[in-house]
Amino acid sequence: MILAAVVRSERFVFADLREVLAKANEEKSGDQLAGVAARSARERVAAKRVLADLSLAEIVAHPLIDDEVTRLILDTHNRAAFAEIASLTVGQFREFILDDATNDHALESIATAITPEIAASVAKLMSNKDLIIAASKIRKITRCRNTMGERGVLGIRTQPNHPSDDPTGILISTIDGLLYGCGDALIGVNPANDSADSAAAVLNTLTRLTNAWQIPTQTCCLAHITTQLKAMERGAPIDLLFQSVAGTEAANASFGINLNLLAEGRQRVLEHHATRDCSWRGEQVTYYETGQGSALSAEAHHGVDQLTLEARAHAVARAFDPFLVNSVVGFIGPEYLFDERQIIRAGLEDHFVGKLLGLPMGCDVCYTNHAHADQNSCDNLMVLLASSGCNFFMGVPGSDDVMLNYQSTSYHDALAIRRLLGLRPAPEFRVWLEENGLFQDGRPVHGDSLHRNLLMERAQHLIAHSLE
Amino acid sequence: MDNSPVLQSLIAAFQSRTPARVLLGRSGGAYRTETSLALREDHAAAIDAVHVEIDLVRDFGPETVDHWDLFETSTQAKSKEEYLARPDLGRSLSTDSRELITQLCPRRCDIQVVIGDGLSVAAVRIQVPALLPLIHHACEANSWRFGRPFVVRHCRVGVMNDVGELLDPAVVVLLIGERPGLATAESLSAYLAYRPRAGHTDAQRNLVSNIHARGKSSEEAVAIIVSYALAMHRQGLSGVELTSGQPSLG
Repeated sequence: MILAAVVRSERFVFADLREVLAKANEEKSGDQLAGVAARSARERVAAKRVLADLSLAEIVAHPLIDDEVTRLILDTHNRAAFAEIASLTVGQFREFILDDATNDHALESIATAITPEIAASVAKLMSNKDLIIAASKIRKITRCRNTMGERGVLGIRTQPNHPSDDPTGILISTIDGLLYGCGDALIGVNPANDSADSAAAVLNTLTRLTNAWQIPTQTCCLAHITTQLKAMERGAPIDLLFQSVAGTEAANASFGINLNLLAEGRQRVLEHHATRDCSWRGEQVTYYETGQGSALSAEAHHGVDQLTLEARAHAVARAFDPFLVNSVVGFIGPEYLFDERQIIRAGLEDHFVGKLLGLPMGCDVCYTNHAHADQNSCDNLMVLLASSGCNFFMGVPGSDDVMLNYQSTSYHDALAIRRLLGLRPAPEFRVWLEENGLFQDGRPVHGDSLHRNLLMERAQHLIAHSLE
Repeated sequence: MDNSPVLQSLIAAFQSRTPARVLLGRSGGAYRTETSLALREDHAAAIDAVHVEIDLVRDFGPETVDHWDLFETSTQAKSKEEYLARPDLGRSLSTDSRELITQLCPRRCDIQVVIGDGLSVAAVRIQVPALLPLIHHACEANSWRFGRPFVVRHCRVGVMNDVGELLDPAVVVLLIGERPGLATAESLSAYLAYRPRAGHTDAQRNLVSNIHARGKSSEEAVAIIVSYALAMHRQGLSGVELTSGQPSLG
C-alpha cells in the first residue's frame, strides 16, 4: 500500500490504514478527542488522496482491530461478489456508486461484498450531497407486523417516553402520535426503569393498545436485551428485540453484550413469535441503535475513527437481519459531534453507510442541550435525510423527550416532511389510518373530524380501563 | 372539535397525566406560535442551566454542608468548557483531590456516597439534600458503614472508579446531575457500582435515573438504590450481571 501523498509541495506520510482512515474524515470533535484527527486541512486532503488510490482489496486485507466484530465481518464477507469490485480503488468505487448507470439493484447485489471499512472509506470521499444522492438510490424493505422501507414511504417511530414509565402517560403520548399518522415504524418506549417488571409492564401496555385497536404496527421496550428477554420469560409479548450496538467487541462489552447474546436473543424471539397469534408479515424481529462516538465514550475505540467504528456497528446489526436500525446522531453530545455542522455530516454519513451495507436505516435526528445546535439543526438534517430516502425518523411529542432529556423530531415534523416530499406511512398502517378516519387520501383529516373525536373517546375508555 | 368544551376538558385531563407536550394543536405541519415560543424559552433556560458552576454553601445551605461535613473536590477538568470538551478529564480526580479524599474519608465503608455536579447543578441542589438523609437512614437500618460524602466539581460517571481505588468501599453511590431537558433541569441520576476499579465500565454499573418531582420521588429512588445495594452486597458484583430476588429489579 502506498501511504503517502504530496499536497501543495508538502509530503504527508501515514503509518498505516488506520491513520489514513482517521485523517481522511471530515472534522469531528470525537476524532480530535481520540487524538486521531488530521492536524491540518492539508493533511486531511492528503489522507483523502491516499485513501482514494487504495484498492478495496487492500482495505479488506488490512483489518484494523483483532476482535470478534472483525471476525464476524471477515467470516460473513461475500467473496464471490467481492471479486467483481475488489480491484477498484476507493475513488473509482465512489464514481461507480454515483454513476447514472448504477441503480438500486446493482448496489443491492453487492451489499454483502461491502465491508464496513469499505463503506466508511467511500463515505470519506463524498460530499454531503454525494451521500444524499448515493443513499437515495438504495431501498431496504423489511417486514415484521407491517412493511417498512418501500420507495415513497417514510415511517415514524413513536417515542412515547415518560419519566416514571406511567402507563397512562405512555398511552396518551402514543395516541397523540396516532392522530398525526405516527407509529408505523414502531411504538417504542425507552424505559426509565431497566427492570424486567417495568419492561413487561410497558410491553403489556403497548400491546393492549395495538390489540384493542387492531393497529398493524410493532411495539418495543428499549431496555437492555437481557431485561427484555427476562420480561419475555414472564409472559410479556415482544415484537422487536432492541439493543444498542457498537463497532468493537470491547465497546459492546461495555454495553453488557456480545455477538452470541445478540444471536441467542434473536433466536428466542423468533421462537416466541411462532407461539403468538399474530399475522406476521415477515421474520425481521430486531431493532438496533448506533451512533458515532459510542466506542470512544467507552474507551474501546482502538485508535480507530468514529465513522469507521459506526460502520462496524452497522455490520454487527446486519448480522442479525434487523427490521429497523437507526443512528441516534445528536444524542452523544458535543465531545463527539461538536455542533450542527458535525451532527449533519455524521447523520448523512451514517445513513449512507447503513444503506450501502444493506440496512433499513433510519435516524434519530436530535441534539442535547449542551451541544451547539438547536431545533433548526433538526429541521435541516431531517429535510436532507428525508430527501435521501431515510426509512424512518422519531416522533416525540413537541420534540421534547421528557425522560431522556434531549430534543428529537416531533409528530408535527413528521406531518410537515411527509407533506413536503409527498411521502406516506407504511401501507398496512395507512389503511388502518384511513379505516379509522384519521387519514384521507394519505393525509391527516382536519381537526374537527368526527372520527378523531371518537378516537379520543375510545382513548379515554382505554386509559380508564388501564388504570383499573 | 377544538371548540367543544367536552373535548377541551378531555385534552386538559390528558395533558395533566404527563409532562410530555401532547395534544398541542397545529398550524398545518407546524406548531402554533405559542408552542413554538414556549419551546424556544425552555431551550434557552436549559442552555443556561448547563453552564452554572456548583457552590456548596449557596446550593445546599450552610446547615446541610455542616451536617454532612461536605467538602469539595474536583476532577482534572479545570473549567466547564474543558469539562464539556474533554470527558477523559472529567472521569479522573485531580491530584489535590485524591490527597484530600484519602485524608478525610474513612476507607472500606459499606456505602460511599459521592455527589457530582454533572450537567445540572440545579438537579444536585434540589435532589441531594432530600436523598442524603434517606440513604443514611437506610444504611443505619441495614447496619452499613456510611462513608463521609463529598462533592466532585466537573464530574463524570467514570470518577466512581477513582473513588473505588482510593477508598475501597463496597458500594459507591454517585448522585449526579443529568443533562437538563426542556421539561426539567432538576433531574438527577444515581449510579451504583460494587467495588469499582480502574477500567470498569457502564456494564458494571446500575442506574437509577429521572429522580425529580415528575419522575421518581426521593423515597422511590432510595428504595431502588437500597435494593440494588443489598443485591450487590449479597452477590459481590454489580451491573448487567446483577440479579435480584426483589420484584422491582431485573
